[in-house]
Amino acid sequence: MGANDLGGANRWRRFDDWDKRPLRLDNFAVEDPENGFSAIAGANDPGPSLSVENGRVTSMDGTTEDAFDMIDLFIARYHLDLTVAEEAMAIPSIDVARMLVDISVPREELVRLAHGMTPAKLAEVVAHLNAMEIAFAYSKMRARATPGNQAHVTNAKDDPLQLAADAATAVAFGFDEIETTMRVSRNAWSNALACCVGAAVGRSGVLFQCSSEEAEELQIGMAGFSSYAETVSVYGTEGSFIDGDDTPWSKAFLTAAYASRGIKMRCTSGAAAELLMGFHEAKSLLYLEARCLCMQRAMGAQGTQNGGIDGAPLAAAIPGGVRELMAENLLAVWLDLECASGNDARSSESEIRVGAKILPFLIAGSDLICSGFGSILKYDNSFNPSSFNGEEMEDYMVLQRDFEADGGLTPRGEDAVLDVRKRAVEAISAVMEELDLGAPDTAMKQSVVFASGSDDTDSYTPGQVSGISAAIKDREITVIDIIRALHARGFTEEAENLLFLVKLRVSGDYLQTSAVIRDGRVLSAINDPNRYGGPGSGYRLSAERRSEIAAIRGVLDKREVLRAEDAYKASEQRAVEYTTMGAATTGSDPDEVVIGISPAFGLQLFRTLAGHPLSRVLAELIAGIEAGGGHARVVRFGHTADTSFLGLSAARLSGSGVGIGLQAKGTAVIHQKDRLPHNNLELFSNAPITQLAHYRGLGENAARYAHGNDPEPVVVPTRGEALGARFHGRVALIYAIETSLTSDGAVPETIAVSFSEPASNRETGS
Amino acid sequence: MSGDPLGKGTLGTGDYPLAEKRPEVVAGRRGKGLDEVTVETIVDGSATIEDLRISPRALRQQAEVARAAGRTALAENFERAAELADVPQDVIMQTYELLRPGRAASRAAMVEAAQGLRDTYGAVRMAAFVEEAAEVYERRGLFRSRY
Repeated sequence: MGANDLGGANRWRRFDDWDKRPLRLDNFAVEDPENGFSAIAGANDPGPSLSVENGRVTSMDGTTEDAFDMIDLFIARYHLDLTVAEEAMAIPSIDVARMLVDISVPREELVRLAHGMTPAKLAEVVAHLNAMEIAFAYSKMRARATPGNQAHVTNAKDDPLQLAADAATAVAFGFDEIETTMRVSRNAWSNALACCVGAAVGRSGVLFQCSSEEAEELQIGMAGFSSYAETVSVYGTEGSFIDGDDTPWSKAFLTAAYASRGIKMRCTSGAAAELLMGFHEAKSLLYLEARCLCMQRAMGAQGTQNGGIDGAPLAAAIPGGVRELMAENLLAVWLDLECASGNDARSSESEIRVGAKILPFLIAGSDLICSGFGSILKYDNSFNPSSFNGEEMEDYMVLQRDFEADGGLTPRGEDAVLDVRKRAVEAISAVMEELDLGAPDTAMKQSVVFASGSDDTDSYTPGQVSGISAAIKDREITVIDIIRALHARGFTEEAENLLFLVKLRVSGDYLQTSAVIRDGRVLSAINDPNRYGGPGSGYRLSAERRSEIAAIRGVLDKREVLRAEDAYKASEQRAVEYTTMGAATTGSDPDEVVIGISPAFGLQLFRTLAGHPLSRVLAELIAGIEAGGGHARVVRFGHTADTSFLGLSAARLSGSGVGIGLQAKGTAVIHQKDRLPHNNLELFSNAPITQLAHYRGLGENAARYAHGNDPEPVVVPTRGEALGARFHGRVALIYAIETSLTSDGAVPETIAVSFSEPASNRETGS
Repeated sequence: MSGDPLGKGTLGTGDYPLAEKRPEVVAGRRGKGLDEVTVETIVDGSATIEDLRISPRALRQQAEVARAAGRTALAENFERAAELADVPQDVIMQTYELLRPGRAASRAAMVEAAQGLRDTYGAVRMAAFVEEAAEVYERRGLFRSRY
């Protein structure tokens, strides 16, 4: 490109490059506390204060009792532990902040103090912590030791076959909870039945919820299809609460109602909901969320889903918004609530921002790291795309492996996944037939089993599903009918798994804080408490869990590399013959260029990292040397496999004093006998992108150096590929194969090279 | 941590999970123990969805465990839930609806609903809770039509 291409634009072109990045699709907002755009310092945020007279709160956070709104009233009556309040409010906030990151201050003590603190006090304390301290405090304060994760299972057609297959798939990958919702709201009953059947495939105990209208969701739970709920939304201002069509009292009533039906429940809140709804009162995200969380605890909810749920993208648009999301998750666990820690609605189009956001939670652990990890493809997510989706699930599992952090997922092989998908589709089809809800044919079933997303399926449409859903509701089908249908059709294991899940509600054990089901046992903050007290304590990966996490797809070892090389052995043996001619001596031909090949070259390794057969690479080098007026001689070295030393050793044997070093992986160098080992004439260090034409050019240049010329060096162009990431695993294994064949003092041998297909070998590649 | 921390016959964190540690105290609505509800008894009809519903007793037991674990607010929720366990679904939904903003036209409607919970179902705590809501709603002007 020349200056003429500028087109008169008075702009550094890098800004054009930046404009094209996904990041620039994100909205960013100016900090504006008067209008609610403030992460932690709202224009109207009150300072912490509390007055108590005769066991009655008379003022809180700058508001006197007569001016309390519904939220203040509820918090004052049901959240504040007045036996602790005076002590807790008197400790300077910075001191409490330090206690949160002090491994010698137990979690129980901090929880006790939190119950005596007002929302403004709680917010002021966590605002003292930087992002790293928040993550650390979160890991110390979260309630249950073992981390977990939650999946979204939805699809764009509300197709019950796909819901069942995808639910079973999510179970296979290790999710503790599955949440569905609908494209068409009246399809709730069908979605619930389908996910409930799918989640019973493979293992028992994965909790399931159907996010629906409040009243309907409870009815679906009563029918035994779902086992938990988390859409009991709470807001931090009275105006948004009323617009949300509830009050603290109505939500507290609903909380008790869920428990009375034996259904696990958590609330939902999170930054920026009030801002989106237009009732922010010029208060910060953090302060309003502190009010929400005090209210949830006051209602007697065991937990929360927070950390910016629908409001996460808006929070992320504000300076410090992502740190605020972390801070509000910390508030939740500090108050002793189960925390499904957001990382839910995708808050950025930038994969870097998404990856950075998840890391603190991945390494700190969380009851549910994502309160909705899209186990399905983005376009199938009926909530909205999640931070992580079906597309990125392997990225997440590799992050677990990188950081040796338990993110709740377990890699699964292709056959295992296909097995559960087939099983789930057969199970839901059987249930539908038994209950006279439909009769899916083979083509429908097959399309779903192999489908990555609903674009690939030829199954039910949303309209057809509405009929199925209405039948389930009208005929008052319950989980009992499903268990019977599964049993009748021979799905005994699934019937048992489903019954196990419904039986959990008889004892109510899973109603306690932070309960999940692992290996058929309820695990909660009571029998698996987080007692982090510094290095060596708290949740640690067991050796078994570590190897599960490490077992991602497509890993290399030496055997795999040799097996892959062996596939090329036969064709190379047909293409070229290497004959040992005895110990190599120093040449006297001034036109000679020695090509020094590595120990495993053509013996155990047969192609370069770019995939070129070694016979062709050698043929190109020889052809290039000849084209430059030189004579090639091939020598195999056994004392080294290093490119530089191969090149220098070759140069010292060469009659011209110029030699080429060539490793089997394709790295090549031109050397001259009087130079220092790493001060070569030309080097092809990027073997994966080095083409046959480059080798030919290198041979030609070597001959020209031999004749004392100064040719233009051959440059292999790179487009910035992360070649280390793409190849270094294999490179290290290949190099180990090469070095295993070396021995000190090994004598170099002259090799006669005979190409059996010279015509094709002389073609130049590009 | 152990069972019966107060020596009053109450359950403690050591009894948890009850289904595992104290199966003898766990039973469904009609008194069936966990062992009696199996795929077989569901198929033969001797176990029904009633046997898979939580009982007021189980909720009070979980309240004891929650209280022993220092979670008073959660325990109180379980106690309110114990009162609602016998309340029919339609009454639950009507009461919830009435508690939503703007549904009740006046305090009287809520007080009446509270009285019903108290008299018919013995839901003393829940009734007081609804009455408290009525008082707050009046104070905050929520008895206004929203649609």
